[in-house]
Order: sequence, then C-alpha cells, then structure tokens
Amino acid sequence: MSPDSYASSAPALEIHGLRKRYGTVQALDGISFAIARGEYFGLLGPNGAGKSTLINAIAGLVRSDTGSIRVLGHDHLREYRQARRLIGVVPQELVFDPFFSVEEVLRIQAGYYGCGPEAGLWIEQLIERLELGGKRAASMRTLSGGQKRRVMLAQALVHRPAVVILDEPTAGVDVELRRTLWSFTRELHAQGITVVLTTHYLEEAQALCSRIAIVDHGRVRVIESTEQLLARHPFRFLRLKLADGAQLPEALQALVMSRVNDTMELKLERGKHPIGGVFAVLKSAGVAIEDVATREPTLEDIFIELTGGERA
Amino acid sequence: MPEIGFAPEMRRRPPRFSNRRGFWTLTVKEIRRFWSVLGQTVTAPVVTAMLYLLVFAHVLGGRSSAYPGVSYIAFLVPGLMMMSILQNAFANTSSSLTQSKIMGNLVFLLMAPVSPLEFFGAYVIAALLRALLVGLAYWVATWPFVHLLPAAPLMLMSMFLLAGASLAVLGLIAGIVASKFDHLAAFQNFFIMPLTFLSGVFFSVHSLPGIWSQVARFDPFFYMIDGFRYGFIGAGDAPIGISLAWAAGFFIAVSAVCLWLLRRGYRLRM
Repeated sequence: MSPDSYASSAPALEIHGLRKRYGTVQALDGISFAIARGEYFGLLGPNGAGKSTLINAIAGLVRSDTGSIRVLGHDHLREYRQARRLIGVVPQELVFDPFFSVEEVLRIQAGYYGCGPEAGLWIEQLIERLELGGKRAASMRTLSGGQKRRVMLAQALVHRPAVVILDEPTAGVDVELRRTLWSFTRELHAQGITVVLTTHYLEEAQALCSRIAIVDHGRVRVIESTEQLLARHPFRFLRLKLADGAQLPEALQALVMSRVNDTMELKLERGKHPIGGVFAVLKSAGVAIEDVATREPTLEDIFIELTGGERA
Repeated sequence: MPEIGFAPEMRRRPPRFSNRRGFWTLTVKEIRRFWSVLGQTVTAPVVTAMLYLLVFAHVLGGRSSAYPGVSYIAFLVPGLMMMSILQNAFANTSSSLTQSKIMGNLVFLLMAPVSPLEFFGAYVIAALLRALLVGLAYWVATWPFVHLLPAAPLMLMSMFLLAGASLAVLGLIAGIVASKFDHLAAFQNFFIMPLTFLSGVFFSVHSLPGIWSQVARFDPFFYMIDGFRYGFIGAGDAPIGISLAWAAGFFIAVSAVCLWLLRRGYRLRM
C-alpha cells in the first residue's frame, strides 16, 4: 500500500502514548486518542491540564518524550512535511510579525507552505471573509487585538489545511468576533475540514463540538460524543422561588445545591427524585411557590464533576 | 464527504523532499527585514568603520604596514571591512532569530514544512547579502582615502563567503541559544567583538609579542581577516591556502553544530 493510499483512509489525527515531562511536571502522561475526518472535536480541561502542550506537540512546536502523532496517516516526525502541510494551527498567544502588512504576512505564510501565486485568490477570500479588507495594507502592529486574532486564523488557513486546530481562539475577544469565529469555523467544518477546538467557554464547546475529550493532569479523562457526555450526568436541576416567608420542608433540604437570595436550586437524581414528588412534598407541607424553572445539566456541570471542581 | 484539504489548484505541492518556495519565501522575508531599516543595518556599521579608519589612520598613519609597498591605510581598510562584514553577518541572523523568538512569531515558521537545512540556508543567504552591502558601501566610502582594487578577486570572494557565512551561522547558534537580548549582547560583546577586533585588523600578528603571536595561529578570525586582506593586497601573515582551510574548516564545524541544533529543535521546539 502506498503512503498516499494509506493516508486516504487514515483518521484526521491519531495520537498514541504521548508523554512529555518538564522537570518535575508530567505535562502529558500517555495521551492516546483518534479524531475522525470531518469531526468538530473539542478538547477541554482546566488550566495546566496539558491541552496546549498537546496542541503544540501536534503542531511540531513541542517534542514529546515518547509516543507518536499521525496526521491523515503521516507521522509528524518522519513525514513532517506532509503532516505539517495538512494542519493549520491558530496559537493561543497573540503573536505577530511587526515588520509586515496583513497581506504580506499571509503571502509569506502561504510561501512557507509551498503555495505561490495560485494562493492569491484564496488569500483574497480569507481577507474578505474575516473582514480584514480595510486593513490589508496596514502594518500588523497597528491592528487591534481582535484583528490580529483574525489574521492568525487566516494564517492557519492560508495553505488550505485538512485539519484546523484552534487553541482558545475566542479567549478575550468581543461577542461580535466570537460569533464571526463560530460561524466561520462552522463553515469550514461544513466543507469537510476537521476542526479541533480548545476553549474555556464550555457553552461554546457544547454548541459547536460533536465529540469532546476532557484532559486533566496530562491524561484523557473522558472522550465521548457531546450527547453521550451530557447524558452521562444522572441529574437535572429544579429552580424554586418560594413565596414570602415560606420555608423549604426538611425532606427537601438535602437536595439543595445552591441558594441565591430567596431562590434555590435543587439537584434531582433521575428516577430517584421525580419532579412531581418534589411538588407533592411542597404541597403537603403547604409551601406556596412563586416561581419555578428546570434546567438540564450543562457541560460545565459534567466538567466540574470530572475534574473535581476546576474551571475549564 | 465534501472535498477536504487542498483545493485542486493547490495540489501541485512541492516534492516531498524539498520546499523550494518555502526556502525562497523565508530568504526574501529575511532580506526585506533588514532592507526595511537600511539606515540601521548598513549605513550605521559603515559610519562606525569609517570612524575607526579616521582615528587609527590619523594615530598610526606613520607606521609601516609590515608589507613592502603597502601603506598602513591600505592594510587597515580590508581589515576594517572584514570586521564589519563579520559583525553584521552575525548581527543579522542573531537579532532576527532572537526577535522572532521573543515576539513569538517564530511559531509560524516552525509549524511550516520548512526543513532545518532550508531554515539554515535562508537565514545565512540574507545575512551574506547584508554583509556584502556593508562591505561594498565601506569600499566606496573609503575610496577617497585609498584606491583598493582586489589583487586576488577569487580569494577575496571565497574568504568573504566562508567568513561571512561562518559568522551568520554563529549568529544563528547564538539566536537559538539566547532566550533574551541580554544573552545576545553578552555573546556579541564578550566573544564576537573582541575576536574580530583583536585578530589582526589594526596590526600584523608578526608585531605581537611572543606567545600572543602563537595564540593568534589558533584563532579562526585571524585567518578570515588575513585571507580577506590577501584578496586585496596579495600578501598576508599566513599562507592563503592555510587561511582558506581554516575558514572552510570553521564554517563546516559551526554549520554542523547549527544544523544539529536545528534538527533537535534545541530551544526552538520545547
């Protein structure tokens, strides 16, 4: 089998036994998983979990101690040219070359990947699509933070990679840019590009990703489809606002998860604590309810449970 | 599934074992980097070298050059020219790499399919061009003082290429190792500057007292400057073959170290 035919049936990313130690810190502790072609994959974890180290290893910016990474079947060390050509990475840090304009930066980046004048039309489309048209001749140093981030996204896409990795692309950006980035990555995904996203906004991962891995202390704690991940939480939440002066019956006190002013949130186990049962207890105790709402578990609830309370 | 990866017009990718366009893109980018600040990268070093010439030619102008028929100024100018070439070749690669590392934009190059050899070649070629411009500008600027024409043009060019490339490679090594500009300044001030300054720019090593004359025989910078001067005046302290061999040997040694560091990703790929 030729390398190309092997590559044509290989997953977008295959990571096996990846380990990386910095001094006494084991940043990656045997990470193994695969991402299928065309997935929108979320990589979540608290600060210091190893997400960026993992992404930097895939991008070739970190040399792992052991383990292997294959991009569409190409080993990222032995076949680094092919592997790197197939990946586009948007780094987490806001970095730029102050010597050049937006258009020059994109042409230079395309050149690094072996793309010449034929990339011109695509660069033009990227500039327009990412609303950088008015800034094409502007020096990178004069751009706002949001504009620089958009240029970084264009740089990652300039060689039309099959796999795009975004390391916290929406950190510190305004709502409008966040929405632009969301819709743009969805567009890429719809075209068959594999998208890998790390984010601290769990609602973002929940809305965009079809499958999610939660990384903690350099290990993959769980890797499931977003639906499976949400369904694995056996709880739902009931928010109650009692009438003035009313007290929650003793039998329900143990279910209270949080209390803000006179509104409380009860954590109900599916099957064990039916909502009807809660209302029956309230009724029999003569407690009047002013307002009621239910909430399904979010990724954040599951994340907190899996990582012991640390934020993503 | 819709088409993924490269658009058809971009499928004509470079061969698996080279990325010529990537190499030239990086070369041109590095040239444009120093070209955009020519006043700082070419004019300033020429002015500095001219000041050395004016001071030393005034103070030591009455001295003989140690070579019959060669004035002290004709001895001094090639030495100062080579000193500027060496220092600027070093400065170009070291400052560019260190700046990219510190600003973080080096990641865009490190993530690209550019090989260590292409990386190495692009930086060295850009540094050689800057060194050539500095050398030529200095030659033109000193023309009113001394009409120097190469006595051995081939040797002159060979010594320029080997010595300039060696210092460009040393600059790359310094840029790889340095994690802040302080490290670079230390390398430049305590290693490059003294060695280029004290390796026969202003005097013949024959005039050095006993042991120092012997020490100079193990200094590659001495052979670079002496061999380059031979290219202009047709005479030197050491036989030109020996100077060429030292310069070539030094270039090979530093290139081997640099390529090894680049392949390992030392301090670049953490």
